Parts: sequence; structure tokens; C-alpha cells
Amino acid sequence: MIARLLAGAALAALAVGSAQAQQGKISGDVVKIGVLNDRSGLYADLGGEGSAVAVRMAVEEVGGKILGKPIEVVSADHQNKPDIGSNLSREWIDRDGVDVIVDVPNSGVALAVQEVTREKKKIFLMQGPATSRLTGDACSPTGFHWAYDTRALAVGTGQAIVKEGGKSWFFLTADYAFGHQLETDTAAQVKKAGGTVVGAVRAPLNTADFSSFLLQAQSSGAQVIGLANAGGDTITSIKQASEFGLTQSGQQKLAGLLIFLSDVHALGLQVAQDLVLTTGFYWDMDDEKRAWSEKYKAKTGKMPTMVQAGSYSSVKHYLKAIEAAGTDDGPTVAAKMKEMPVNDMFAKNGKILPNGRMVHDMYLARVKKPSESKGPWDYYEIIRTIPGDEAFATLAESGCKLPG
Amino acid sequence: MSTIFGIPPQALFGQLLLGLINGSFYALLSLGLAVIFGMLNVINFAHGALYMLGAFVAWLLLTTAGVGYWWALLLAPLVVGAFGVLLEKTLLSRLYKLDHLYGLLLTFGLALIVEGIFRHFYGVSGQPYPIPDLLRGGQNLGFMFLPNYRGWVVVASLVVCLATWYAIERTKLGAYLRAATENPVLVQAFGINVPLMITATYGFGVALAGLAGVLAAPIYQVSPLMGSNLIIVVFAVVVIGGMGSILGAVLTGYGLGLLEGLTKVFYPEASNIVVFVIMAVVLLIKPAGLFGRER
Repeated sequence: MIARLLAGAALAALAVGSAQAQQGKISGDVVKIGVLNDRSGLYADLGGEGSAVAVRMAVEEVGGKILGKPIEVVSADHQNKPDIGSNLSREWIDRDGVDVIVDVPNSGVALAVQEVTREKKKIFLMQGPATSRLTGDACSPTGFHWAYDTRALAVGTGQAIVKEGGKSWFFLTADYAFGHQLETDTAAQVKKAGGTVVGAVRAPLNTADFSSFLLQAQSSGAQVIGLANAGGDTITSIKQASEFGLTQSGQQKLAGLLIFLSDVHALGLQVAQDLVLTTGFYWDMDDEKRAWSEKYKAKTGKMPTMVQAGSYSSVKHYLKAIEAAGTDDGPTVAAKMKEMPVNDMFAKNGKILPNGRMVHDMYLARVKKPSESKGPWDYYEIIRTIPGDEAFATLAESGCKLPG
Repeated sequence: MSTIFGIPPQALFGQLLLGLINGSFYALLSLGLAVIFGMLNVINFAHGALYMLGAFVAWLLLTTAGVGYWWALLLAPLVVGAFGVLLEKTLLSRLYKLDHLYGLLLTFGLALIVEGIFRHFYGVSGQPYPIPDLLRGGQNLGFMFLPNYRGWVVVASLVVCLATWYAIERTKLGAYLRAATENPVLVQAFGINVPLMITATYGFGVALAGLAGVLAAPIYQVSPLMGSNLIIVVFAVVVIGGMGSILGAVLTGYGLGLLEGLTKVFYPEASNIVVFVIMAVVLLIKPAGLFGRER
């Protein structure tokens, strides 16, 4: 009897010991980073291969190894389809041993991937998706929203334009999770600042011709037409608004609620000039950002968008957390990431809320006129820094139900 | 203010006019498809890619050689047409004796390759192409502001559609063409060079796509995706109009443009599927399409 008890205790001790040994390890003897984004469609230029390049830069900086184990980067195209995105991430995690999923633009796809990573207890570093629901009602203990979100965009661009006198708003909204959330968040900020919303029209994702919708916006008589869309859709709607003379008459003003550097580049300053936008990153703000961006440009031929720069930053932080935690176990690394401040070229003194929201300063920028631009990619004038605490929702405001 | 179906008349007329403009593109593209299908029996899935190619040739002419819009309007279709002739001579001509499906697969593959190449070099956000100086600005029609350029697109497309219809249905050359599709052996026996006619027809149909591309360049971004965004709708137009029917392609093109415009007023969320709903209904009632005939 005593022998049996002793044997049991010994076994138990062994089990505890091996569990601890397990914790100090890297699963599968490799840290696998999966960059999942739109690589061929309307969001490919703002993230796409550029995000994978940025992630590889972060990996190279730590020497391609962590805790003595190699780091691998894989990437795939989710084609803006939530089912493809969640299947890919499931396969990556179950079959290929992927430890972390990065980027995932398109809020619809990101919400699906968030469910998979929560279930599998894997880290999810979000750069591309915008909806504030990812750290709100759809939050996950292992999900991190990094570069920006719809609330920050609404606070930045929405409030700034109401303050300038744009009181009545009409929204041209991309008809899916992201657009709806951006419209809701912006409408809330507009009303808070004393403005009104006179109407909205929902345009299908990837619309080639916005003229009908712009005409409806025009006949609404609103002072401001808020473009709650992104990427190719934003480019087309701005271009066609200029064609239909919406802004030339001076009665109406366009507010691009989400505009990336790649969009401005594609539009050209002639069409994009004077747009006000909110961004989490601009390459030409300080020496550190410039140095990193030049390195990125040498690899891709383009300056990075906030999504691409954010992909670098989040992966860097993730790798640091593995180092500190001594394991790549999802929940353990997630807890470590939330303990450590984020300090790199992307964000100064960034902090991560329990719901996974990385809080850092955002910037209100104005697109330069062709005459003000000194050279290629010299596109933004930063007009205001929006402190992180003002831009992003607090844990209580977010509606996230995670135990603190 | 009085309303029609709950919509102010101003907005309604505006949307109808916009529908007509979009319809011009549908008509121009489906016309080329119908000509090619009617004469060659090839379902040309590369049509969207060739439309994109037209826009890119115009853009390249402007940015590398400084050749402006009006010359591009002539040169780009020629370049695209020549590319089409090359395709026909080297690839398509080997498939005429086989099932339709082979032509479809070949052209679909070609479209993917051409788009992939342009996507690799130019990204997806597209390149800006300015509206020609002569057509800048617009007219205030009272119910809407009509950009001059869009007005020009409607006129140009109408003229081209009418001219093509006339050439095929009312001229001697057109008669030869139609005869050649019915009985190529007999027509050849009369001493008419049928393979040359087929090559020329493909080149012409493809040049129409190139022309539509140039017309589209100042309105949309010149983007590798512009063809694939449009081609599915255009195929629906051709199917609804009746495969191979030229009149059907043109009329359905304009008609569906108008209908899409109306949908955008009443229920915008459905605007990009309304064409397919109509396709389903038409095929249920008339399997050969509105103007098609059973083969």
C-alpha cells in the first residue's frame, strides 16, 4: 500500500516535472509565423507581400532564431473570403504547427480567424482589419489588435472635420463588417462633437463604379461625405467624386475615413490633395522610422503602409515575449506581451490592454498639394498627434467580456 | 417635391443616365464577345484581360512615350488587336475542331497569365490616367452633373456599336462572314479566304475590348483587376442577350446598365447581383437568351 502511494507520488512528480519541461520549450522545435492576407485583390497593396517582407525583417533582426530554435515565415492569400481564411488558419495550426497568425486585413475574415485562434489558443496579431469589435464583443485572450481600429479613425478624422465646421454627414459605406463598424463608430463621434448624420448608402465590396452612390451622397445635401471604405474602393470613390465635381463646388467635402499611403500613391497628389486622414504610422516622422522605412523600400521599392510597419512591430514584440517567457505557448506568451511595454520604431511607450488593444499615439494628417511635395512618397503633413488614450477605447468602453 | 416610386425624379433620372453610361461599357465589351462567339464559336474568356490590356497600353503610351488620349484611342486597339491576331494564329486556331470547352479553358488561362504579369509589375491599386483636357469639366443638367467625359463615352460607344452591327448585318463583307460561320467549306469553295476572315474577326473583336479599355482608363484606375471585375457581368449580358447575337448583346448591355442603375437607387446592396438574378430568370423562360436562337 505504502509502495503504491509512493509510486503514485513519484509519477505525479514526474508528470509535473515533464509539464514544466514542456513549458520551457518551443512547440515543434520551430516558431512558425503565418502571414495571412489579401495577396491578389483590392487590399493587396496595403498589406499583401509587403507585410510578409516586414515580418521577415523582424525575424532577420533577431538572427532568425529564438531560444535556439529557428523561426519560419509562411504566407497565404485568403482572397477576402472568411471561409477560406478560417480554413487556412485551421490547417496551418493543426497540420503545419503554425504558432502565430499575422495581418489578416478584411474585418470579415479577421473575425473568423479570431474564433479559430481563440479555440486553438494561438496568438493572432492583427494589422489589416479595422473593426473595433475585434477587441470589443469579439475579443480573445490571445488576439492583439495593433496598428489602428475603426474607433481611432472615427476619433481622428470624424472629430477633426466636425470641428472644422463639417456638421452634417452622409456615409458611403462598404457593405460588410468593416464598413458598418466604421460608419457606426464615426457616426457616434460626429454626434458627440455636435454634428448630425443625414443618411448612408451601402455599396458592395469591390465596386467598380461609385457614381450612383456619389450622386445619392450629392443629392443628400450633406456637408461631408464620409467614405467608410478602404483600399481599391476608396481610390475609386475619391477619383470619381472628383470627376463628378462633388468637391470642386466647395459645398461638399470628402472625408476618407481609412486611407493608406498606398492609396494616396495610386491616386496621385493631384486628386488626393488636401484629404484629411488618420494613420498609425508615417515613414517620414522621425529618424528611426525613416531608417527602417528606407530599409523596407530597398526590398520592395515602396514605402510601408501602417499595416506593413505594424506587422514588423507586432512580430518583434511577440518574439521578445517568447524570449522573456521561455516558451511559445499561446496563453503564456499573450500574458507576457501584455506585461511588456511596446517600444520600437513603430510605437513609443505603447501599452497593451487586457482585451488585446495595443494603445499608441495616432496621427491626423493632411495630404500635401503637388507643389508642397518634395519628392516621391513625400505625401503627408502631420497636423496633430492624437494621444493613444484618446484614440482608443478603454477596456470598459470596448465591451470586451474577458476576465480582466 | 413630387416623387416617382418614392424617389425624387432628379435622382431617378440621374441614376438612369449613369446606368446608360455603364451600359455603354457592357455593350461595347459584349459586342466583341458576341462577334467572336458568333464567328469563331470561341467563348473568349480573355476578353476582360484584353480590355485591361487596352487601358494599360494607353497608360504606357502616355507615361513612357507622351502619347496622349486621342492617339491612344486609335493605337491601343491596334496593339491589342495585333496581340489578338497573334493569339489566334498561334493558339486558338488549333482548337476549332475541338469542343467549345477547350477554347474557354485556353482563353481563361491566358487571362490569368496576362493579369498575373501585370499584377506582378504594377500592383493592384492601379495607375491614375487623367481625363483629356478637351473633355474636362461637365454640364449641369438640372437633375445631375454630367461629366463631359462620361457623355463622350456614351456617344462613342453608341457609334461603334451601330457601325459594327451595320457592318455585319448589312454589308457584303458581313454577309460573307455570316455565311462562313454557317458553312465554311462551301464559302471557301467560292474562293474566299475563310481562315483569314476568322483571324481578322478575332482581331477585330479583341480590338473592341482594347477600345473599351482606353475609354475606361480615365474613369477607373488603370488596374490589373479591372478586367476580371467586369468580365463576369459582361458574360451574363451575352448569355441574357443570346450567345452570338450582336443586336442582343448591344441592347442587353444598355438595358442591364439601366437596370443596375435603378437597383442602386432602390436597393443598393443588391446592385452587383441583379444581373445574375435576371440571367437566371431569362434562362428559365428562354434558354437561348432574349435574342438568341437554338443551335
